[in-house]
Amino acid sequence: MKVSYFPGCTLRTKAKQLDRYARKCAEALGIELCEVQDWQCCGGAFISARDEVASKLASVRALIAARDAQQPLCTVCSACHNVIKQTNHAMQTDGEFAAKVNAYMAQDKQPSAPYCGETQVYHYLELLRDAVGFDQLKAAVKHPLTGRKIAAYYGCMLLRPGKVLQFDDVENPQIMEDFLRALGAEPVVFPQRNECCGGYVALEDAASAKKKSNAVSASAASHGAELMVTACPLCKYNLVKNGSEVPAIYFTELLAEALGVKEEEDAE
Amino acid sequence: MQNKKERQKEQILRMSGVNPRKCMRCGKCSGTCPSYDEMEYHPHQFVYMVENGDLEALMKSDSIYKCLSCFACVDRCPRGVEPAKLVEAMRLMVIREKGANHLTPGDIPALLDEEMPQQAIMSALRKYSK
Repeated sequence: MKVSYFPGCTLRTKAKQLDRYARKCAEALGIELCEVQDWQCCGGAFISARDEVASKLASVRALIAARDAQQPLCTVCSACHNVIKQTNHAMQTDGEFAAKVNAYMAQDKQPSAPYCGETQVYHYLELLRDAVGFDQLKAAVKHPLTGRKIAAYYGCMLLRPGKVLQFDDVENPQIMEDFLRALGAEPVVFPQRNECCGGYVALEDAASAKKKSNAVSASAASHGAELMVTACPLCKYNLVKNGSEVPAIYFTELLAEALGVKEEEDAE
Repeated sequence: MQNKKERQKEQILRMSGVNPRKCMRCGKCSGTCPSYDEMEYHPHQFVYMVENGDLEALMKSDSIYKCLSCFACVDRCPRGVEPAKLVEAMRLMVIREKGANHLTPGDIPALLDEEMPQQAIMSALRKYSK
């Protein structure tokens, strides 16, 4: 299966592990990730105002590239997933917004046909669930994580807004727990798993971010987690920076370990 | 002719797509807001203050920069009011004025540490500046 792939800015810099393990594991699972040429940063946060147009063009360009390649578009970073899916939804449902975007796009040097949200956007986890299948994933596991109590930290951007992202149930998500089960681990469900880590406020108000991320890590610890997995570089930063008592790693790193490709990737 | 207050209210409603009259003031948005403690005006107050055209106090308040865009209030509102979209529209109305950026690229280097992900810088700039 060939899929257009949008890595995003952070996966090229501070979150290289998230990207590298994702690529390696896709290869092991028979998915070909075709990086979108000349992709531009999604902007990290979706601006919900309907009259905010220019800042959403980078996402639309990636969506158009995937459409023209007749492939779905896959992201690994929670933020890219959030921004690109919300932009796609706006292109599908808000005609006035879509008309403005297409008027901008028509001025590109090599304009494509007008875009109205045709591309299917997947988070990597959705690809594992819907295209690979967790049963198939389980069958591909070489080193099952038997007996390990691992908590899935969803945060905000994988899930919300639920009716737009259609990722999973916003209050009782299962996809990451199913993922952990497929790897042979024992998922730890904890109350703060879908609450905010503090996000970008870390930049100007570190104390505020500390309060929020400490609530998350304390909740995971009190429910017996020995490890937390996340799909978001900013969640990981906030948790680790603020002294989480439970170590936090990217879900792709855990996947690489279970698939038996981690050492090989680390050696490269 | 409309006065300025009415024009601004209309603009906020148009940008956000929110209908504040759907709100039944249950307070669930504020109850679930992770930034509640840091806010002078809380999400449910944004909703009824916009409805009353009481915009000036909101525009002057730091509360517009405390929203984390976590969308907890959006998904947990039993009436589908989507308060975060009002907060966003209020903030944009302020920072779209010339010279009103809350954060500028020049401020960034002093706020960084070695591990800070680019995602944080990009998100903050997009939320706090034009």
